[in-house]
Amino acid sequence: MIVAQAKPIEDIVTMIDRYDKIILAGCKACVAVCAAGGEKEVGILASAITLARKRDGRAIEIREVTLERQCDPEYVEQIRGFAGDYQAVLSIACGVGVQYMAEHYKTIPALPGLNTSFMGGSLEQGVWSERCQGCGQCILHLTGGICPVTRCSKSLFNGPCGGSSKGKCEVSPEMECGWQLIIDRLKALGEFENRFTELFPIKDWSTSRDGGQRKITREDMKA
Amino acid sequence: MRLDYPPNVKIVRVPCTGKVDLLHILKAFEQGMDGVYVAGCLEGECHFLRGNLRAKKRVGHVKRILAALGINPERIQMYNLSAAMGGRFVEIAREMTGKVRALGPSPIKTGKGREFVEGQGEEKKQ
Repeated sequence: MIVAQAKPIEDIVTMIDRYDKIILAGCKACVAVCAAGGEKEVGILASAITLARKRDGRAIEIREVTLERQCDPEYVEQIRGFAGDYQAVLSIACGVGVQYMAEHYKTIPALPGLNTSFMGGSLEQGVWSERCQGCGQCILHLTGGICPVTRCSKSLFNGPCGGSSKGKCEVSPEMECGWQLIIDRLKALGEFENRFTELFPIKDWSTSRDGGQRKITREDMKA
Repeated sequence: MRLDYPPNVKIVRVPCTGKVDLLHILKAFEQGMDGVYVAGCLEGECHFLRGNLRAKKRVGHVKRILAALGINPERIQMYNLSAAMGGRFVEIAREMTGKVRALGPSPIKTGKGREFVEGQGEEKKQ
């Protein structure tokens, strides 16, 4: 899922300072699962904003909505009927949702209530960890199911580097060395010897973020 | 026991403090309460095992939200006592009433701005 976390409440209060009538839009997809932007968080944030405004003796009208997803036009369009009655949309979806709001509603500003952080999963309740950087060319079959792009701080393909010590990365004593994990895993699978006799070729990063905005078109699916 | 507790304490009954949600507490402040306290069972004695411990975490979260908003986090408290501790119940009601009275009316009600600066741990004079 896309993992995000709430912006500090005072940052949000400052961001919406000019507006007295806003839509607060949550999303029932990834950000609801990571407890940052679902229906529940919409309620809490709306209440916190109301408290901040009352504290300053100013009223604010907040329309709370939580869309199925903010990354699909048909759901984003669901607020079309009343969007024009409000001065801004504060979206607590990921960055995609905020941008979809901005693209669909040209006359009112779309504001981000979350900091979108990474693609990852939950380790336990309340703890999330990054797993994928969406580089566009998956090599997990060669690295024991552990991603060197994400788990190695330098995204090395022929690691580990000299900063690896006792299984930890030099970036932080708590951070595991991705390449130590890969090598340990391949040894456990009995694949280490035959897999690492050759170097990885230079990776083509144009499928990652270095190639500009990415787009996928499936002709078989188009209407 | 015929004990008196301050009449301004309004009781909201819940089956277990584990049922108390962040929003229940925030809405109370929104509606102008000067202070809120959650009275749960003694730690380790929850019939539902962790209800009062969950409530404690939620109260902590509300404290952080209030502090960030410049509202004194002392306005929300968690107390633990058993159903058989009537005397303690009265004591807590008086203690909390006294604490909140000393803090004065909630800025949410008066609209007078921040009363608390995070990190400094002391009230800002209004």
